[in-house]
Amino acid sequence: MAEGGSGVIDALAFLGDFGDAIEFIFKERESTSKGVMVGGLSELGGFALTHMLVSLVAMAVAIAIAVPTGLALGHKGKGEFLAISISNVGRAVPAVILLFFFVAFIGNGFRNVAFVLILLAIPPILTNAYVGARQVDREVVDAARGMGMNGMQIVRGVRLPLAMPTIFAGIRTSTVSVLATATIGPFANLQTLGEPILSDAIYGFSGQLGGAIVVAVITLTADAGIGLAQRAVTPMGIKLAEEPQAKRRWMSLPTRRREAAT
Amino acid sequence: MASALGAQPFAQDAPEDFFGKRATGCVQEEGFCPDWIADNYDRYLDPFFQHVILTVVPVAIGFAIAFTLALIAHRRRWLIGPVAGFTGALYTIPSVAFFFLLQPLTGLGRTTAIVALTCYTLLIIFRNVITGLNAVPEEAKDAARGMGLTDRQLLWRVELPLALPEVLAGLRIATTTTVGLAALAFLAGGGGLGAELDAQKYFKSNVAVAGGLCILLAAVLDVIILAFQRLVTQWQRAAAA
Repeated sequence: MAEGGSGVIDALAFLGDFGDAIEFIFKERESTSKGVMVGGLSELGGFALTHMLVSLVAMAVAIAIAVPTGLALGHKGKGEFLAISISNVGRAVPAVILLFFFVAFIGNGFRNVAFVLILLAIPPILTNAYVGARQVDREVVDAARGMGMNGMQIVRGVRLPLAMPTIFAGIRTSTVSVLATATIGPFANLQTLGEPILSDAIYGFSGQLGGAIVVAVITLTADAGIGLAQRAVTPMGIKLAEEPQAKRRWMSLPTRRREAAT
Repeated sequence: MASALGAQPFAQDAPEDFFGKRATGCVQEEGFCPDWIADNYDRYLDPFFQHVILTVVPVAIGFAIAFTLALIAHRRRWLIGPVAGFTGALYTIPSVAFFFLLQPLTGLGRTTAIVALTCYTLLIIFRNVITGLNAVPEEAKDAARGMGLTDRQLLWRVELPLALPEVLAGLRIATTTTVGLAALAFLAGGGGLGAELDAQKYFKSNVAVAGGLCILLAAVLDVIILAFQRLVTQWQRAAAA
């Protein structure tokens, strides 16, 4: 997508609504309702910062909770029901509805949005950490035990590295849905990038479209970036072993990975 | 209520923007009022049916498209990568953004909402159909070929029936996901329960009813597909036994 500076803005006219929206991203303008200036990089930058901050906090907390829990459950071989069904429950109560419940019954603000996002982010990571730790070959674990490793060492030195690709697939899924859901932050008075999208009375249609473009670009970038990181953290051995079925990577999006759970 | 949770830089606006009926004390305090719900449940009927349409139509269209694509890609394997990549990219675009990105093309209204929601179902269904077809045991296919089945007969009589549980699992995921996403379809002018939620978002009774109906819808549709799946696998188990 063409993202020009102020010099090429005239050239954006032929793009119609989209050109107008891109101009909104880079240049301030008067709001549709009152005489305030809206749009431009500085305002959208602020929204983007809040957006990414709340997403980052949520992801950090979710990873800190879900990865150790998933690995521990996978190592012990307990709680399969919990690890697998938690993602089903997550889908039945969508994040949007959860956020509305929070706004009505608990309150607004950064902390509540972050909390909803944490609840949204945990299930895919937990399920994938569980499945990742579980699918490690029995012989590999036995070999590690034979070398004198204790439970903790096996989890950290054997199961974690071998589960890395799976865990990262979960993190990727969560990050995408967290970044997408942070867009509805303004419902809870948190001015994320959803602000220009949801307050059309102030920002107008080009503000909505401009905000939507920025959110889409950020999400797609994050998705691609984590995809690369996933590649980077995959142990060499797995990469070599999986080379023939490398095209299966696209299956590592959300949902049930039952085939890996055995 | 909101201020009770300590420092919240963006939580200045109290529930002043409530503009619905102001009747009894409970309603005035925007609490959870069973009486109000009993009196006003009928106003949720229309949004509820809109929500049903916003779920069923995209899932049906999405299933038709993704299923066809998967059958084509099953024959021409090289198509799997590109189709999965494209539907994956669609899946990654945030729904709120998608509802607006489509508006220059399709305008404001239910069509936009349905197009966007359809796009989200594609990856899920496509991926599950392909996974299901891939999981069909080679021996079953060999046996069928040995019995003289053509490729077409093999697909419809052996592969698809065996892949059905996986296909229906995809349909379930797509359906529950769509119920949630449809709660934002009002942003594209599609109506649904999300519009009710947003209209009086501080009124606890309203949020409880509208949100509860969303969850109920997701659960009911899920159970319906699950029941259908049971019915089908029962037939399968009988055949296997």
